[in-house]
Amino acid sequence: MQQLTDGIFLGSIYALFAVGYTLVFGVLDRLNLAHAAVFSAGALVGIDVVTSTGISVWLAVPIVMVVGAVLGLIIERVAFRPLEGRPDAHFAGLISSIALGAVFIALLQGRYGPDTSRFPPDAFPKTRFPFLGAEVSLLQVLILAISIGLMVVLTWLVAKSKLGRGMRAIAENAHAAAVLGINVNRVSAVTFAISSALGAAAGVLFTLNVNTAQLGIGHAVELKGLAVIIVGGLGSLPGAVIGGIGLGLAEVFAVNYVGTSWRDMVAFGLLFLVLVVRPQGLFGARKAREV
Amino acid sequence: MRRSLKFTSIGASVLLLALAGCSSSGGGATDSASGGSAGTGTGADCKISQPVNVAAVFSLTGAAGQYGTGQKNAIELAVDNLNKVGGVTYKLNVQDDKTDPKQGIQLFEQFVGDDTSVIVGPTLSNTAMQTDPIAQEGKIPVLGVSNTAEGVTALGDYVYRDSLTEGAVIPQTIKAAVKAHNLKKVVLMYSNDDAFTTSGFDAMKAALEKDGVKIVDTKTFSKADTDFHTVLDAVKNDKPDAIVVSALLDAAVPLVTQAREIGLDVPIVGGNGFNSPAFIKGAGDAAEGVIVGAAWNSASDNAQNQKFLSDYQAKYNAGPDQFAAQSYAGMQIIDNAVRLGCSGEREAIKKNLAKVKNLPTVLGDFSFDENRDAVQEALVQVVKGQKFTILK
Repeated sequence: MQQLTDGIFLGSIYALFAVGYTLVFGVLDRLNLAHAAVFSAGALVGIDVVTSTGISVWLAVPIVMVVGAVLGLIIERVAFRPLEGRPDAHFAGLISSIALGAVFIALLQGRYGPDTSRFPPDAFPKTRFPFLGAEVSLLQVLILAISIGLMVVLTWLVAKSKLGRGMRAIAENAHAAAVLGINVNRVSAVTFAISSALGAAAGVLFTLNVNTAQLGIGHAVELKGLAVIIVGGLGSLPGAVIGGIGLGLAEVFAVNYVGTSWRDMVAFGLLFLVLVVRPQGLFGARKAREV
Repeated sequence: MRRSLKFTSIGASVLLLALAGCSSSGGGATDSASGGSAGTGTGADCKISQPVNVAAVFSLTGAAGQYGTGQKNAIELAVDNLNKVGGVTYKLNVQDDKTDPKQGIQLFEQFVGDDTSVIVGPTLSNTAMQTDPIAQEGKIPVLGVSNTAEGVTALGDYVYRDSLTEGAVIPQTIKAAVKAHNLKKVVLMYSNDDAFTTSGFDAMKAALEKDGVKIVDTKTFSKADTDFHTVLDAVKNDKPDAIVVSALLDAAVPLVTQAREIGLDVPIVGGNGFNSPAFIKGAGDAAEGVIVGAAWNSASDNAQNQKFLSDYQAKYNAGPDQFAAQSYAGMQIIDNAVRLGCSGEREAIKKNLAKVKNLPTVLGDFSFDENRDAVQEALVQVVKGQKFTILK
């Protein structure tokens, strides 16, 4: 039971990261590799805000999301929009987003230095309580609640709101959407902003969970996030959620039953198996993209 | 990173050996430059008319500047105190290697060529791996006062050090922890992708087995890991009497905080990665009760150390750290070796350093072993009230 809860907590953070990733991918057909840098930025800015202003860690989450959203707008504006309409826009955007991610990391290094930063030791609640035979902390429950809350809001947004309808129309066919009077640029920008806000939130929540952050923190999650969205089915939000939690559980069980050194191998091996059995991913309803 | 540095430095030192060979055959070091002179009498009665020239190479600027400054202060204090004793006087020449091995090499070549009797330093092991072969080649004794890497004293029989290696500190730490907490079974944890923490783990494992403690489980992690909740939950299920951890600071802090967070309240015994004020600062309350070994602690109550603390405080208006203490002890050891043979000659100092035995120093009673490494009692510290204190 303890392992189950551990896995779900870890998985919910992976899921939150992957949801942001897959949103841009599913709607705009762009792979944004600056997402990991946004994750790092979320973590470091979150610590900075709490340390320098002394506000509660929970108030820091919305602030970090705003910072993330701004980064998202910058990513869209700088790395993707100038390349729009080119025949190789997918690939060029991928490369330019790597470059922009490196710029973000360099800026973070200039601001925070290469050292590990941490929240002040007394920044979070220490309450713990038993839960169905396992022991969970208030912190973990709140992290889980925030992750699930954000994912629910996002699902509703995409499925029901006007913005969501615009996103889905663009996903179907950007040209047709423009003809129908949808402001494609604005919707794209908003999508990037939401995606990055989620990535930054995942960063700060991950840091809350482990209380340590350095520049490279996003890289550890980057590959896992990619694996999660591929397994979940490219562009599928529920797929990303299930994939994220699945990966979290796989890692936890690998640690407990196989050995700590084998964790990543077991986790990625399972993902590989899923892909062999179901190449389109668990929830991959979309047809394979023509390249 | 460290490993690659080590490899580069070994490669570079091979090159330098060749270079040093060239320069000395060029007429740099001759017998007339062997430094100092013999005196009359022995031990406390020893009288040498000329001052004995001691050169120190420390990193006063650059990345290791914070260590070198304390070393310089301490050795100057030591020379002042020793010169008051009478009979033997020392002339100290402290130079800055700028945390740059190339600078260190130049200084060593200079000291081999002039009338220096003994070299103290350099600050970093990485530099020592490149400079000490020059001293060996030039037949001048060198005493490292802060080098802890494996293989420094293996560079040659002119190379000594008074700084305890981790391999020497760990067994003493384990022994004290086992005694203090009556440990029967422990879980060992280490990051298996780093050479330093892996060798720390080897030392811990050997020490635990020697002390008859059962290792119920061994958990590995990566030095880049930050989330230890899962591993620690598994450790908690093993119900150990303590956890013994070999990790660098970056992993040590989240590991300890998360262990306390999940309610794993058993004692934690750490390796050298834990031996830093930054560990206490990062882990906060979670650091309380963590046991860490060290070569020196300001709380050590030996009389020499108490005098050193007050002298240093009076002269520099700041407290010394371990680097300063080892530097001060270095000069005490050199003085002992000089007086043992009552000679400031290089060969005599080299020979008599080996005879230093149970010498009372600020580090405690000090001897060299057959590998010219330090033998002294390590201080086992426990974090109490957000400070390292001596484990009783």
